[in-house]
Amino acid sequence: MGSMLVLLGVLLVVAGFAVGLNPLLVVLASALATGLAAGLSPVEVLAAFGKAFNENRYVSAAWLILPVIGVLERSGLQEAARSLIGRLRGVTFARLMLAYLFFRQATAALGLTSIAGQTQTIRPIIAPMAEAARASETGVEAMDSSEAQKVRAFAAGTDNIGLFFGEDIFLAIGSILLMVGFLEQNGITVEPLHLSVWAIPTAIAAFIVHGCRILVFGRRRPRP
Amino acid sequence: MIGLTQVYVLAGLVFAGFAVMSLRDPANPRRWRNALFWGLFALSFLAGDHLGDLGNGLLVLAMAVTAALGLGRSGTGAEDAGARAASARAHGLRLFLPALLVPVIVLAGSLGVRHGGPVAAALVDPKQATLVSLSLAALVVAALTVRLFRQPVLSPLTEGLRLADTVGWMALLPQTLAALGAVFALAGVGAVVGETVTRVFSMDTRLAAVAVYCLGMAGFTVLMGNAFAAFPVMTAGVALPILVKVYGGDPAAICAIGMLSGFCGTLLTPLAANFNLAPAALLDLDDRYAVIRAQAPTAFILLLVNTVLMHVLAFPAHP
Repeated sequence: MGSMLVLLGVLLVVAGFAVGLNPLLVVLASALATGLAAGLSPVEVLAAFGKAFNENRYVSAAWLILPVIGVLERSGLQEAARSLIGRLRGVTFARLMLAYLFFRQATAALGLTSIAGQTQTIRPIIAPMAEAARASETGVEAMDSSEAQKVRAFAAGTDNIGLFFGEDIFLAIGSILLMVGFLEQNGITVEPLHLSVWAIPTAIAAFIVHGCRILVFGRRRPRP
Repeated sequence: MIGLTQVYVLAGLVFAGFAVMSLRDPANPRRWRNALFWGLFALSFLAGDHLGDLGNGLLVLAMAVTAALGLGRSGTGAEDAGARAASARAHGLRLFLPALLVPVIVLAGSLGVRHGGPVAAALVDPKQATLVSLSLAALVVAALTVRLFRQPVLSPLTEGLRLADTVGWMALLPQTLAALGAVFALAGVGAVVGETVTRVFSMDTRLAAVAVYCLGMAGFTVLMGNAFAAFPVMTAGVALPILVKVYGGDPAAICAIGMLSGFCGTLLTPLAANFNLAPAALLDLDDRYAVIRAQAPTAFILLLVNTVLMHVLAFPAHP
C-alpha cells in the first residue's frame, strides 16, 4: 500500500492553486513530488508525464474549433447576437438563460453533448445575448465591466451545469459506461438504463435550483 | 480509416499556423515566445508519437517554462469593431447559419458513423466519430464563412490566433492536468486518499455512510479534478462494502447519484480546467475563478440534494 507521502503532490496542487502560482508549473511540480514519493527518479517522472501528456492530446484537439469561431466573430456574430436580443422584446436575461439551461440539459440527455459548449456557443452567441438582455433590462446601455463579467461567468456556469446534469441520462455516455464496467468487475451486473434513470431526479433538481438562481440573478439590481 | 491520427495532423497544422501568424504580428511585443509556445503545441500534435516519452516530457517542460515567462496577445482583429458592426448589419441573421451548421455537421457525422453500417464504420473510426465530425465542421464552416462573408483567406488563422492568445497558456492546462491524473494513478494516490477517508470518518448510521460517500465523491473530485478518478476509489471503499452490503442499498441508484455528487465537485475545482478555468480565460474575465464562483451555490445545494435523494431513494427494502 502506498505511503502517505504520495499525498504531497495533492497538497502541492491545492497550495499552488490557492496562492495563485502559474498552474502549469504547479502541475509539473506536483507530478515531480508525487513521482519521487512513489520511488521514481526525476527522469522517470518526466518520461511518465510526457507519455501521459502525449496520450491525452485529444483533450487539446478541441481547440480546433477556434479558427471558425474567430472568423465568425470577425464577420460580426457577437454584434448580430446582441442586436437580435434588442429586437426580441420578450426575451429577458432570465428567460434566455432558462431556455439555454433547458436546451443544454435536454440535448445532453439525448447524448448530444458536443453540439454546444463554451467556445462554440457561450463566447460567440449566448454571452453577448445575455449581456445585451441584462443591459436593456437594467437600463444601463454601457454596463460596467464588472457587471458584464459577472453575466458572462454566469452564462459559462449555466452551460457546465446543463451539461453535467443532463449527460448522465444518456445510456452511452462515458460515466455510465465506467460505472457499468466497474460494477461488473465487482460481480454486480447493472443495465445502463438502470443507472441513467437514477440521473433523472438530480437533473430535475438541477433545473429547479439553477433556474431559481437565474431568476434571482435576473432581478438583482446592479450596484450604481 | 479516418481517426485520431488525421485529427491530430489537422490540429498540428492549425497550431503551426498560429505560430507562423504570431511571428508575423509586429503588434505583439512577445511574438517570439508566442510563436515558440504554439509551435511546440504543433510539434506535439504532428510528431508526438515519434518523440519518445522523455522527449514529450521535455516538450511539456519547455511549453510550461515559455508560458510562465509570460505570453503576449495577438494585436490583430482588435481595431475593427466598426467593421464587425457593419458586417453584422449587412448580413444580419445569416451570420447564425454557419454557427448552426457546426452542431448540425457534428450531429450528422456522429449519428451517421454510429448508424451508417459497415461502410461508414470503415471510413471513420466509430470511437472518434464526434472528434472527427467536429474537425470536419471546423474546416468546412471556416471555408464557408470566409466565402459567404468575404473575409480574407487567412482570417481563420489570424482570428483563431486572436482567440487562442485570449486563452493563452490556459489552453495547455487541461491536457497537463490529465497527465497529472495519470501520474497520480501510477503512484497510487487515489487508494491512499480513499483509505484515509474510510479510516477517518465513522459510518455507524446509514445517513452518515451516505453523507461520507456523497461528500467524499465531491471532495475527492475537487482534489483530483475528475469524478472518474474518484468513483472507483470511493465506490470500492464506501459504497459497495457499506451502503450495498451492510445497509442493503440498490447499487445502480447509489452509483448513479454518487457520480452526480462527484460532478458537483467538478463544478467547484480549478483542476477541472477545461470546464472552469479555460472558459474564464476565453470570456476575458479578470478573476480566474469567476466561473467557479458563479457555479458554487448551485453545486453546494445539489450536493445536499443528492445526499438526501440517495438516502431516500436508494434503499427500497428499508425505507
